[in-house]
Amino acid sequence: MKKLTTLFAATALATLMAGSAWSKTFVYCSEGSPEGFDPGLYTAGTTFDAAAHTVYNRLLEFKKGTTEVEPGLAESWTISDDGLEYTFKLRPGVKFQTTEFFTPSRDLTADDVVFSYERQLKADNPWNKYIAGTSWEYAAGMGFPEVIKSVEKVDDLTVKFTLTRKEAPFLANIAMPFASILSKEYADKLQADGKMEQMNQMPLGTGPFAFVAYQQDAVIRYKANPDYWGGKQKIDDLVFAITSDASVRYQKLQAGECHLMPFPNAADVAKMKADPNLKVMEQAGLNVSYLAYNTTQAPFDKPEVRKALNKAINKQAIVDAVFQGAAQPAVNPIPPTMWSYNDKLEDDTYEPEVAKKMLEDAGVKDLSMKLWAMPVSRPYMLNARRAAELMQSDFAKVGVKVEIVSYEWAEYLDKSKAKDRDGAVILGWTGDNGDPDNFLDTLLGCNAVGGNNRAQWCNQEFDALVKKAKETSDPAERTKLYEEAQVVFKREAPWATIDHSLSVVPMRKNVEGFVQSPLGDFAFDGVDITE
Amino acid sequence: MRWCQRRDTMPRQHGAGFNMFRFLLGRLAVLIPTFIGVSIIAFSFIRLLPGDPVGLLSGERVMSPERHAEISHALGFDRPIVVQYLDYLWGVLHGDFGTSIVTKKPVLDQFFDLFPATVELSLCAILFAIILGIPAGVIAAIKRGSAVDQAMMGTALVGFSMPIFWWGLLLIMLVSGMLQWTPVSGRISLMYFFPPVTGFMLIDSLLSGQAGAFKSAVSHLILPTIVLGTIPLAVIARQTRSAMLEVLSEDYVRTARAKGLSTFRVVGVHALRNAMIPVITTIGLQVGVMLAGAILTETIFSWPGIGKWMVDSVSRRDYAVIQGGLLVIAAVIMLVNLIVDLLYGLINPRIRH
Repeated sequence: MKKLTTLFAATALATLMAGSAWSKTFVYCSEGSPEGFDPGLYTAGTTFDAAAHTVYNRLLEFKKGTTEVEPGLAESWTISDDGLEYTFKLRPGVKFQTTEFFTPSRDLTADDVVFSYERQLKADNPWNKYIAGTSWEYAAGMGFPEVIKSVEKVDDLTVKFTLTRKEAPFLANIAMPFASILSKEYADKLQADGKMEQMNQMPLGTGPFAFVAYQQDAVIRYKANPDYWGGKQKIDDLVFAITSDASVRYQKLQAGECHLMPFPNAADVAKMKADPNLKVMEQAGLNVSYLAYNTTQAPFDKPEVRKALNKAINKQAIVDAVFQGAAQPAVNPIPPTMWSYNDKLEDDTYEPEVAKKMLEDAGVKDLSMKLWAMPVSRPYMLNARRAAELMQSDFAKVGVKVEIVSYEWAEYLDKSKAKDRDGAVILGWTGDNGDPDNFLDTLLGCNAVGGNNRAQWCNQEFDALVKKAKETSDPAERTKLYEEAQVVFKREAPWATIDHSLSVVPMRKNVEGFVQSPLGDFAFDGVDITE
Repeated sequence: MRWCQRRDTMPRQHGAGFNMFRFLLGRLAVLIPTFIGVSIIAFSFIRLLPGDPVGLLSGERVMSPERHAEISHALGFDRPIVVQYLDYLWGVLHGDFGTSIVTKKPVLDQFFDLFPATVELSLCAILFAIILGIPAGVIAAIKRGSAVDQAMMGTALVGFSMPIFWWGLLLIMLVSGMLQWTPVSGRISLMYFFPPVTGFMLIDSLLSGQAGAFKSAVSHLILPTIVLGTIPLAVIARQTRSAMLEVLSEDYVRTARAKGLSTFRVVGVHALRNAMIPVITTIGLQVGVMLAGAILTETIFSWPGIGKWMVDSVSRRDYAVIQGGLLVIAAVIMLVNLIVDLLYGLINPRIRH
């Protein structure tokens, strides 16, 4: 038995990994099944890894390992002086993938770009409701229907976007997976054949890997696109082996059944680092976890009270207990990997005695408060209950009595929005596009009060800076404005910033060229396997 | 005594076929209200779960109340629940089990794509349980009170009490991780790639003609089969033991022994056949247990069957999939139970009355 299976495993490994007689195959043990293969329809990272980062490209792309945008299918762009017109020059000679199910007859043109956007924006587009229950949630969430007035073809390789208002984050928004560019020619063919739903099952794009087959809940197979405009990949085949349990993914990685895995258990990371066959990459994730006070209610309407409470929290203890070190205490509302992060700001140090005195000076005595703990584990906060209990004991040391409350997740999200909410809420955010606006205005802007702004904090000085930055195209100018905004945030302390969790990616030692994305994407262009 | 026996057999003058038909009709009549009951439970219970599928579509971001209302309307979730249910039932009666809100594919298509994987695993597991369970039960009964009996029944108790999730991970770590005897998870090595013909990997791998494919499929089946088969194995072994003990104390067995028949003939032919009646019922009941166990087993072993599909759908609140999946699973269990009843009727004529 042992001989037989060892022989089998050895053969499988040899062929999979060395790729002698077989092609060079890279196996990724993905964490879940994609919901579908049309990135416009979904919001989950798992789906984007399988559909958007393999098969498709965007007009602009995020530069590997950063949140900066770089030319993608558009090789250059200009913005009109009033900031309302964006004109993109498309890369000439970009080929769509040739697959068993479709052979394209032409290169990428402006028609494909117009099609890819209009289907999400115009209700009368035949693709707007191409499957029952179609909704373009990400485009709606990013405000595209309000922001984009029109998308027009100027000539075959030029496309013009007209906006209804100045929107500096627009360039980052169109680099997001949901804004992938599809082939209009393929769409027309599917429509003519009455098989529109195939767009969500057999994707075809311009990306580094062409879709081959998907066996539901088991395996997704891709082939390197030989005509890729960025050059053919070093690996020949890419396989997603869907493995939903983190412990099993780790076993598969150890056994050499896959080359790379996402989302390890925090408890396994130390063992992975010690394994000579593996290597582990770590990077601060594009996320933040926070405790949002209700700044409209006494005594939390006073910045000095909020500041005092922040000084009472031992963040390092929370990071150690909840993340076993796989996180860093947060100073600012945006993570350190994001551009415009203000690294000159200092965190509120943990000084219970000072905090107690500050509360006394502010006239706060016998304070009792509610503390909301999320019922679910998220990448930015693995165990909110534990964090809440630690804060409860920290606050007790400065004479503040805490009652921990929790609700079912959907209810929690809903109830915590209320302006008259009683208590401070633990919550967090994972960035969509690497733009600071996606954190600062989305979570702390005046117009988000009663919605994503759980602190119900409307500070005119902060809001003016963030709104001005949103309308400024010059990156240096925007950086300055966001840095100032963070100074105001830290001074006013509407949140106690808790942590930015690390994203940990274990892989086999022979994997080369994988670059961790601060956006949490798993993209395999540029990846290679050495002997 | 002879007279009594004759009187007892008199009603069978109507013919065994007639009785069997009436028996079948009676069983079928019970199935219809059961099916409707299951459909009501499946439909209403999932709607009692907190969290709504529409809100989950936008992920972490707060969806505006207007947009929420718009999408709920488009999906028909804003109608009264009774209307939704009747609409659903009408669809089901016409073979339309709805469309997944997530994958946008028809529920029934997805079900039939995934079901062979579950059937393959369940069949292997039940075979494993029967092949080991019945002999173990028989041996334990014959050697009643001995160390062998106690060891076997002790092991069965442990097997019965084993949490599937823990047992699965333990086996993976030991057999796949440390000993490297079997692959960790999946249905076949990724180096084999052929389109599904029957959906049963053992058959498809043979049909593919690719060298080593069948062996790979078998090696991938070993651990999930053991994990899923452990509880039924324990139950069958215990049931066989107690049924055998009962039968072995019967008069006719003593008579058979007194006639000088070999132990093998007494146990293997006379006693076992009668002891099998309750065991077959137990095996039939295990089908439901197996499908429940498949949910966990498939999740651990990344086995693309309906169990894993249902788990994913619950976390996504994919109503159409959960209710459709539950209904079809219930129908399968009812069908298997019907077959067991019929089988039981064949073995034991008394039941037909």
